[in-house]
Amino acid sequence: MTEKQKHNLGGVLPGGTALVNKTGSWRSVKPVWDSKKCIHCMLCFNACPEHCILTKKDKTGIKRGETNMDYCKGCGICAEICPVKCIKMVKE
Amino acid sequence: MYKDGEGMKTTKLGLSGGEAIAYALKQINPEVFAMYPITPQTPIIESYAKYSANGLVDTELIRTESEHSALSATIGASAAGVRAVTATASQGLLYMYEALSVASGLRLPIVMPVANRAISAPINIHCDHSDSMSAIDQGWMQVYCENAEEAYEMTLFGLKLAESVSLPIMVCIDGFYTSHNMEVINVYDDLTVKKFVGEFKPKYNLLDTDHPITIGALALPDSYMEIRKQMFDAFLEVKDNYSKISKEFKNNFGKEINFYEDYFASSSETVLIVLSSTAESSKDVIDKLRKEGKSVGLLRPILFRPFLYEEYSKALKKAKKIIVLERTEGPGSYPPLYKDICLTVMNTTNKPEVMSLVFGLGGRDIYQKDIEELLVSVIAGKKLKSRYIGIKE
Repeated sequence: MTEKQKHNLGGVLPGGTALVNKTGSWRSVKPVWDSKKCIHCMLCFNACPEHCILTKKDKTGIKRGETNMDYCKGCGICAEICPVKCIKMVKE
Repeated sequence: MYKDGEGMKTTKLGLSGGEAIAYALKQINPEVFAMYPITPQTPIIESYAKYSANGLVDTELIRTESEHSALSATIGASAAGVRAVTATASQGLLYMYEALSVASGLRLPIVMPVANRAISAPINIHCDHSDSMSAIDQGWMQVYCENAEEAYEMTLFGLKLAESVSLPIMVCIDGFYTSHNMEVINVYDDLTVKKFVGEFKPKYNLLDTDHPITIGALALPDSYMEIRKQMFDAFLEVKDNYSKISKEFKNNFGKEINFYEDYFASSSETVLIVLSSTAESSKDVIDKLRKEGKSVGLLRPILFRPFLYEEYSKALKKAKKIIVLERTEGPGSYPPLYKDICLTVMNTTNKPEVMSLVFGLGGRDIYQKDIEELLVSVIAGKKLKSRYIGIKE
């Protein structure tokens, strides 16, 4: 069952194609965020290697939002760095 | 506009092979030259650095910290859509090995002169072909040049060939024998060369931010084979492009560039096959033996990768005995040119006997008397004493 494939010279792709590959499926544990405990220090936002911590804006400034589970691989760096321990890693 | 070849001037210059390549590169004036010195390639970058210091070129010279970086920088520059070159030899080429397949896989038309030198261990700075012969399957085209003049021509020709098929090319010369020996060569005028090499039209451009691209992306089992095959297929286009560019070369400079040099090979019973500078001195021996009435000729491959089996079978159609002399060994097997010649004659009707001989490793000299002795004994039907010429044992 082979389908003919066409590729650009040298396997060159358009920019931004890494987004197509949703790597969230690699995850075995997921971060669960307690929004009430969170002090919005944004340390997790800076530490996330996949830029999965989404942000939102309100009157008081930029706040931490939900985690983008399409690309979160469950590395747990956010949970490790959190000063108030408001992120817990739980089994998928 | 003037017609091809009109107003073309040749000048005689005393240049070593390395300087001749640098002279060709000066006329090409690439945007980027990433360099790292290694004997016996150094005359190339040394001469080029002088051109740069004297303001004769506007190339950006990148003085890298290693050969791995030199080729990597060249790859980056080439992917950014400019003409980019580097040069190397021996351990330098081996240190570049990891990036060789990147250049070919990304289909970058990089020109890399190689001054052939032995590889370690033991360490040795002199000529043999073990360096470039170890890289024949990395997706690079390879040409082997006989002398400084051919090195000059093949640098110009190789650039055009590389850009026509989007494959990188190694222009190989014999370390010291060619790279350092001064010869009087014909060089062409800048204007005609400029016209011949033309403008570089890159196939893609990493720095075109209006059309962002990803290069070197991951290709898993579902697509890797097709992308690699695209590169393999490009080698099938080399023959036609080579002939086409050879015609252009002839129109501009009045000289044809062949796949190989057929020095009485296609009309002789005994054929000596040898690469690079050794062929030049062997021709004197061929002349001498032919005067004595012996049916002997010489075949010198120029384009070695891709290897054009059909073309070679034409040149070997009358051969009964073929001697393949190589400056490299295939430990546990046979050297590469011998294997390719065996494949060439496998299906021919004349079924010649093919012999493999190894000489000149680490720069051990071979003399005309050695070649004469070899040819005479092969013609007389004597059995060879050893596969190695000039070995002390």
